[in-house]
Formats: sequence, structure tokens, C-alpha cells
Amino acid sequence: MNSKKTINTQGCNRLLSLLALLALVPFQLSAESARLPAGPSGQALAFTCAGCHGTDGSSVGPSMPAIAGMDPEVFVDAMKAYRQDERNPSIMNRIAKAYTDEQFEAMGWFFASQRLRLFPQPYDPRLAEQGARLHDDYCEKCHENGGRPGDAGTLAGQWMPYLHFTMEDFISGKRKWPRKMQRKVDAAIEEAGGDAIPALVNYYGSQQ
Amino acid sequence: MTPLNRRTFIQAAGGGAALATLGFPSLVLGAARRVVVVGGGVGGCTAAKYLRKLAPDIAVTLIESKPAYTSCFMSNEVLSGDRTLQSLTFGYDGLRGYGVEVIEDSVVGIDPERKRVQTAGGSRFDYDACIVSPGVGFKWDAIEGYDEQIANQSIPHAWYAGPQTQLLRNQIESMPEGGHVIIVAPPNPFKCPPGPYERASQIALYCKHHKPRAKITILDAKDAFSKQGLYIEGWTKLYGYGTDDSMIQWVSAAQGGAIEGLDASTRTLVGLVEDFQGDVVNIIPPQKANAIAFAADLVDGDWCPVDKRTFESTRHQHIYVLGDASSASKMPKSAYAANSQAKVAAAAIAARFQGKEPGDPTFVNTCYSIVGEDFGISVAAVYSLDAETNSIEPIPGSGGVSPANASPEIRKREVSYAHSWFKNVINDMMK
Repeated sequence: MNSKKTINTQGCNRLLSLLALLALVPFQLSAESARLPAGPSGQALAFTCAGCHGTDGSSVGPSMPAIAGMDPEVFVDAMKAYRQDERNPSIMNRIAKAYTDEQFEAMGWFFASQRLRLFPQPYDPRLAEQGARLHDDYCEKCHENGGRPGDAGTLAGQWMPYLHFTMEDFISGKRKWPRKMQRKVDAAIEEAGGDAIPALVNYYGSQQ
Repeated sequence: MTPLNRRTFIQAAGGGAALATLGFPSLVLGAARRVVVVGGGVGGCTAAKYLRKLAPDIAVTLIESKPAYTSCFMSNEVLSGDRTLQSLTFGYDGLRGYGVEVIEDSVVGIDPERKRVQTAGGSRFDYDACIVSPGVGFKWDAIEGYDEQIANQSIPHAWYAGPQTQLLRNQIESMPEGGHVIIVAPPNPFKCPPGPYERASQIALYCKHHKPRAKITILDAKDAFSKQGLYIEGWTKLYGYGTDDSMIQWVSAAQGGAIEGLDASTRTLVGLVEDFQGDVVNIIPPQKANAIAFAADLVDGDWCPVDKRTFESTRHQHIYVLGDASSASKMPKSAYAANSQAKVAAAAIAARFQGKEPGDPTFVNTCYSIVGEDFGISVAAVYSLDAETNSIEPIPGSGGVSPANASPEIRKREVSYAHSWFKNVINDMMK
């Protein structure tokens, strides 16, 4: 369990984080199987997601987010929010209602242990440069390392159409803002106007 | 051999890669096991890829008669002109990259005693497990006067994407300005339940821009259809459905939509109540499991009964039947369903080769339909096994179709989800 502490306190690099997560997986799974009656494994559950989110969670479809390498707590929170209709209804709210908390956790651990494969996508270099500055000023504090996978989700290299949908939902009030985020986004928009969101999205999309 | 527990195996194998690709430790205990996959569609390809992912020591041979796969899903967009057939066609090199041996040949028989597959090309392939995913075949005797030759030449079914899809597209493009397109929709169960209605929608999308006085009539063997409320909402909004001027008409079985015969020379359909004549006629015939399932004695009636935990045939041991040809209780005959079933079968086979009991299965179906510009709709379901009744049942309280009267933004997003869904299904099955 020390390894998990290392991630939180020292923010070690991605490879080490991944290995640390992996070390936890066998414990997690064995605890899981001891506690639960028979049921599908985390792997079996996660395999059913691939038709929309790509094999092992690396999506090749620009409107579907990559979920490989995702922080397991972020995954579980997202699935719970969909299950409770707290996010703009997509197909996910209908799907999430089929699963228990334990199944969300099992899927979350599976995806956390997958290597995120990123695919090139077109972006506007001028906007990406502007977005990099906005990110440093307003976003980096929570979305560390340029928005690489962490406890505030995966932004770096994420599909841009998906990021646009997400920001539309926050701004139109269809998705609850995490703590402090609304203030930060408002400030970014005050600084860069209508370019702020496209700039940030292009910045994240530029990290390939 | 010293037994390895899961943890030490993962450490020994170097961590990440092992867990990511194997899932379970796969120990070589003698000669390599061989799986022969019959059919290079969604079920067969997905099973082949996942077998190699789960257990790289299993030798996998996939036998398919065509050199490349052309997807039926999204092929209705060829009819509107939004997409080419080429954009739906994919070679098998991706599977070869996973170490799957892909053979271009067609299977003519399976001997369950000798565990051997026989091909038209004269080759024999021995197997430890055989996966059969042949898709649907057609009941050619159901509509008098309609046969395979007519389908190829003048009145396409286009229910497999390929030359008939292009023929139908060409016929729609060259029909008169105020032309009449007839789609004959089949009785349940059939491949892609929302497909005939998306087809009518995509033809209407083309006609709206290029032949605004054209009419499309769906003659149905049923009184209800998949995503019906959402289609009617879309047709009403986009194509004047419900008005005298509607571009699309739906004639249910009760209204005389059931068709018994065809006069191909005049493109006239013989109904129980009245006849219908079209400038372009598309007949989607009633369906059953494809021919090899019958030749291999895997059917009971029209479809192949299976143990729902593994998709192993209940008629012959060591043969697993996936996708449209299988009898899968509440799951529709869809690409996503075949993809989901294939992973369950692959995991079961990999487990059995290791002397383990297959785990509990879980299944998902998702399906998008594009009704028109910026108007996408979907259906989703998550299923579990009811082992006592050998039945796959939707999990109560989950799944369902897109909300009625959703905002234009949601409908527009579902179009982009549909296109991303397509890319990910193709990727997951064969890339």
C-alpha cells in the first residue's frame, strides 16, 4: 500500500504509477472474489465496453473518450454520476444502471491497468499554444502535468470532440462543476473570450 | 511444473504487458491447442482476436470466403450517398498482426467426431474447439417469385453489404423524379432489427435533396418495429410523416403489408390485401442461420441453440456458435451483440483449455441509427445469464432507447456517437 501513497504525495511518473496500480490489482481482485458471490470478472465486464471505447479502453472514435489508464476513482465516480442521471443523458446513463458499485470498481481497476494508446488528431497549433498558456494559468493546479491521466481525469491526448461535448455540458449547466472549476473556467473565458474553450481543447488534443 | 500464483506470474512476466494482454496466466502444458473459426464477420473476427489476446499459446485459424470484410452496419449511409462501400471494407491484416492465420476458402462441413473442418478448396483443419459465426441465410421460398439470382440482378436484398448495396444505390439515383421505392421488411427474428427503418430514412435523406417528390413505402410483415417511436418522431420532423405529403409510408402487417409474392418483370409485390408496384424494390427476405450451420447439424429449427454461459452448441460439443446464427434469447442479431458474445466464448475456450470452469458471462448491446441530418438515435442493453433457464436477460432498470423528444443537440451528438461507435466496433473486431 506504500506504493499508492507514493502516487499521491510525490506524483511519480506515469510508468511508476501504472506499476503501482498493477501491484494492487491482484489484492483487489482476490478481495473481490472472496467477498462477492459468483459474477462476471472485472475483465469480462470491461470487455463489453470496447465496442464503443476501443479495445482495452483506447478509443479510436473521436466522440467516445479513451478510458484506458484512467484513475479508478474517477471512473467509478463517472459511472455513479451516469447511473444517477447526474450527467447529460447519453447512452451511458442507460448502461450504468445495470451495474453495482463493486462492478464499477472491478471495471475501474481493469481500465486503470491498461496502457493508454493515443491516436493523432488534427488541431490548430495557434489555438493549442494559446491553450497551453491558459492551461498553466487556470487548469494545471488540478489537471496536473498538462492534464495527463490522474485524479482529475484524462485530458492530455483525449479526443477533442468529446472534450467539446464535455465543456458544453458544464457551461450549459447539464453537468455539475467540480469544486473551483467553474470559477477557473470563467476566468479563462474572461481572459480569452470565445477562444478560451477551443484553445484549451486544442491544447489537450495536441498532446499526442 | 511449479504452480505460479497470479501475483508471482505477473511479476515474472514483467508487470503491465502481461496483465494487459493475458488477463490470466497462460501456461503451456503440452501441445498447442488449435481453434478454427468459421466466418470472418464480427463474431468470428472478435473471437479470433480475443483468443490470441487472452492466450497467445492458442493457434487460431480463421476461414472466410471473401478477401475482405464489408460491414453491413453503416451501409445504409451508402444509400444516402453519405458514404462509399470502400469506407466499409477492411482487410484481415489486422487479425494477422495478432497471429491469426486467415485462410480464404469456404467451409463446407464440420465433423464433430473427428473435430475437423472441411473446405470447398479441399483442405482439412483439425480443431480442439471450433467457432462458427456464419451470419444469416435467407428463406428463398418465403416470397414466391423471388430468388437469389433476381436479388443479384434486379431486386436486391442488400442485407449483406456489397454489390447489392451499390445496385440499390444506383437504382435509387436513376429512378424517375417522383419515383416510388418499396422496402419489404422481414418478420422477426432477423439481422439488425432497426435496419429496414434506417434504410427508409437514409433513402429519404437522399430523396429530400435530389428527388423531393419521391415516395418510400415500407411493407412490413410485422405490426411493430425496433425504435418505432423514435423513428416516427424523426420521420415526422424530417420527412413529413403523418401528413398527406409524407415521403415515408409504413404499412404494417395488419394494414396489408405482409408480402407473399413478386412479379419481378413489373416490380409488383403481391400482398394479402392488395398489390404494390415500385420503381425500385428492395426485398429483405425472412431469415435463418446461414447454410453451414445446417450442413454441420447445428440448428434446431431456424437457429442454433447454445449454452448461454459459453455459446457452445447444445448439439455438438467443442463447437461454439456466435452472432446472428445463434439463438441468444433476448439479445438482438446485431454487430455489438456478436462482438460481446465472441468475447464470452473466447474467454470460455481459453479457460477450458487451462482446465478451468468458464466464469459468469456478461453481455452488452448498443446500436445507433441515423434517421437523417443531425438526427441519431440509439438503443442499449446490458444482459446477464439466468443459468437456471439458460436464458440471457436484460438487467432490470437498465438499458432502453434514446429519450423521446430530446434536444436537437442530443440528436446531433448521437450521429457523431454512431460514427465513433462504428470505428470502435471495427477496431475491436479486427484491428
